[in-house]
Amino acid sequence: MDYEIVIGLEVHTELKTRSKIFCGCSTTFGAEQNTNVCPVCLGLPGVLPVLNAKVLEFAVRTGLALNCRILPFSKFDRKNYYYPDLPKNFQTSQYDLPIAVDGHLDIEVNGEARRIGITRVHMEEDAGKLVHAGTIAKSDYALVDYNRTGVPLLEIVSEPDIRSAEEAKAYLEKLKAILQYIDVSDCKMEEGSLRCDANISLRPRGESKFGTKAELKNLNSFKAVQKGLEYEALRQEQVLGEGGKIVQETRSWDDSRGVTVSLRSKEQAHDYRYFPEPDLVPIVVDPQWIEAIRRDLPELPDARQGRLVEQYGLSGYDAGVITASRAMADYFDGLVAAGAEAKAAANWLMGEVAKHLNASGQPVEECPVTAQALAELISLVDKGTISGKIAKTVFEEMWTSGKTAAAIVQEQGLIQISDAGEMVAIVERVIAANPQSVADYRAGKERAIGFLVGQVMKETKGRANPELVNRLLREHM
Amino acid sequence: MELHTLKAHELQDKLRKKEVSATEIAQSFLKRIDAVEDKVQAFITRTPEAALAQARRVDEKIARGERLAPLAGLPGVLKDNICVKGTKTTCGSRILENFVPPYDATVAARLAGQDAVILGKTNLDEFAMGSSTENSAFFTSRNPWDLSAVPGGSSGGSGAAVSAAMALWGLGSDTGGSVRLPAAFCGIVGLKPTYGRVSRYGLVAYGSSLDQIGPLTRDVRDCALVMGAIAGHDPLDSTSVEAPVPDYTKALVPDLKGMKIGIPKEYFVAGLDPAVEKAIQGAIEQLRSLGAECREVSMPHTEYALAAYYLIATSEASSNLARYDGVGYGHRGQGNDIVAMYKRTRTEGFGEEARRRIMLGTYALSSGYYDAYYLKALKVRTLIRQDFDKAFDQVDVLVAPISPTTAFKIGEKVEDPLAMYLQDVCTVPINLAGVPAISLPCGFSGGLPVGLQIIGRPLGEEALLRAAYAFEQANDYHRRLAPVGEV
Repeated sequence: MDYEIVIGLEVHTELKTRSKIFCGCSTTFGAEQNTNVCPVCLGLPGVLPVLNAKVLEFAVRTGLALNCRILPFSKFDRKNYYYPDLPKNFQTSQYDLPIAVDGHLDIEVNGEARRIGITRVHMEEDAGKLVHAGTIAKSDYALVDYNRTGVPLLEIVSEPDIRSAEEAKAYLEKLKAILQYIDVSDCKMEEGSLRCDANISLRPRGESKFGTKAELKNLNSFKAVQKGLEYEALRQEQVLGEGGKIVQETRSWDDSRGVTVSLRSKEQAHDYRYFPEPDLVPIVVDPQWIEAIRRDLPELPDARQGRLVEQYGLSGYDAGVITASRAMADYFDGLVAAGAEAKAAANWLMGEVAKHLNASGQPVEECPVTAQALAELISLVDKGTISGKIAKTVFEEMWTSGKTAAAIVQEQGLIQISDAGEMVAIVERVIAANPQSVADYRAGKERAIGFLVGQVMKETKGRANPELVNRLLREHM
Repeated sequence: MELHTLKAHELQDKLRKKEVSATEIAQSFLKRIDAVEDKVQAFITRTPEAALAQARRVDEKIARGERLAPLAGLPGVLKDNICVKGTKTTCGSRILENFVPPYDATVAARLAGQDAVILGKTNLDEFAMGSSTENSAFFTSRNPWDLSAVPGGSSGGSGAAVSAAMALWGLGSDTGGSVRLPAAFCGIVGLKPTYGRVSRYGLVAYGSSLDQIGPLTRDVRDCALVMGAIAGHDPLDSTSVEAPVPDYTKALVPDLKGMKIGIPKEYFVAGLDPAVEKAIQGAIEQLRSLGAECREVSMPHTEYALAAYYLIATSEASSNLARYDGVGYGHRGQGNDIVAMYKRTRTEGFGEEARRRIMLGTYALSSGYYDAYYLKALKVRTLIRQDFDKAFDQVDVLVAPISPTTAFKIGEKVEDPLAMYLQDVCTVPINLAGVPAISLPCGFSGGLPVGLQIIGRPLGEEALLRAAYAFEQANDYHRRLAPVGEV
């Protein structure tokens, strides 16, 4: 039977506020264990939470960027469960009245545009971390690090609108881009500032009722999300194909084995006993404040991609690659603002810059060659001061030494030879030294000229203007 | 005349006139504690050195001619669920037996800022759950009027300490009557302020939407004095009210001309002790003679208040007390894995009543029961609030009993939790509505004090204090000293 895959994603993203959601402790990642703590985030007896106003602002901004409706009356609730990384044994979260609802984001997979609904966006506090000696299985004890306790999180829940693992990945990439554009989260999956759980079920194509779903956890990278969902879809298809039934359960993705394993069944699911958080007052947002936040929203990825196509004539694909991250798009705008021609800027960005960044593992924000410096290099090529080929060498040098393009060209004498008088002698020398190639050329072998150009380039250490060399060679043969 | 028999405002006066020193006052109370504490057993922790040191600082200020804050040099006590930095805060529980908070409750910080002298931390029913202090994990406090009777609860230690003249004032917490009941049983004044009027930061939570810290004092003027010191907005408590704090002592005028008083008929329930009813009716007559206009009002949802209270308070408690798990602080039981450790910790750490309420609340919030219990209780709460709103459209304050009986004997009700819960029938609606109410003595029955309850509008503490003051001044109950076992 032909099955349709139905996926919904729950994404947790850590907000990049300076302090925690309910106290003044720092949110800095990687601080010494249990140093970013106070009586409030440690949940000591008698302490009370106070909502960080920045968290609310970031939540509203996110809701608006995801085309949500901001609820004028929202509240916090307690989600009760016991776990040693949760000092109060309840998580302060939002249950039935989240801050934002009914949004969407658009993705494109294999040329097909899809709109994915966003059910809700809600605020909550993060838990701490358990630290085990060695492996969990072999450890006699666990230690708790409460630094992360109370770091603000947004949970963003999609509608079950996603139809493939590839779409799930595209959704996450777009969501990450939007969160970075609006500057609310670093979205670093490796630091846990972006986490994803997935609900997946199958149904016969054409059927409108949903099948029984499994919840997938431990999806620690975009790749894991895609692989985990692909595996789980196959597993469910196999179970159904053999006439079996899917059990509603929570499953964990085992990245090293490439399989999902059952964690707990529906019967073992927690009863979280949600109830309104009595220590916080309901959140009533001023519509004018919401509009002010809406006005201050930056240009979002889709709009920016459209602008790059329209304004600079870039291809949709190129514009998509450049605008996939705000930092990349900002770098591009920086190049153009510094005078670089847009197409050349796009080629450099997606070519040399991307290549070097990939190799060094640095984000574009930390690119050692600034947009201003690269624009200068591009203009040297444009003006014919150096050749495109030399420019790559110069870029390499800029990357490692931090020197400007002009300084490198000056120091190493890389200025292109465009003076015919200076060049004629070299051309004549090359013709004299390569009689066989000259004969081939005269016999009509057009390819022979390429070799001769190469020889001139070698003589000039690549500084010769290739067009000029070509013309002179033909004239002198 | 011994200093400890005076009121706070009288000693405040003597201190300012330099007739006594703060050190002399503190020493007088420490001596009194030494003399009667064995019989009363009000204290879990005594802090005599800190008290004397604070008194000396006040004397130095006086010597330097500095201005004194209203409570400066006046000794009081704190219920042991109010955190004081560096002083053990047990909540009357084994699970926090050795817990020393690294922070001050906002009220503790305010009192310290006023140079108040703190004599110690007082006994309570475990986590403020109870009406007699019999649920304290450590011992039961005694009623200074009859040492075989309970002082009321849960702030029974503070009530007994003030009543036995071991302190000028005490702070308690009131979730369903826990300040007012001990005030009534011990023959003193107790105020449950409007929800949000006094910061809850550092008060160990029982029922967060109901808890409120309030003063226990020997007369109404002292009550106004202490309220002025602890009330006010606190940025650390999101539920605290942003409203200016009036000078409560200005409300104290000895007549009630023009005041409209409502008598909610539903509070005069079956089971109300005839002697108590007689005292209350007598008080109403007196209020009338002082110029108040009294009329009967109806608050039709009163009978559902007790059930709603025991669902809401226990639901919140089940969550509030979840943190006592042995992981970070407090008692830890031994277990081979985390669940076994949790179970041992909480079984060993909590007493029977705390466990009962945790289970009740957990049940009320459980999936499948939430709508029938917790949600329904919230709806009842709204109806009760509306009862109060409607009543206050007609009258300025309401007058009712605090308790159906006077102080009962120690052990009389411990085996019957429902009978114990019924003690709260006249006090819990006030917490559900979030309004303020005061308890003050209005007579005696069999040598035991009877408490009168006056209930006010939200932030209507001044009207309460005025009515209470006028009544008090027309009587001499506040001048009587509890015998503390002497005949």
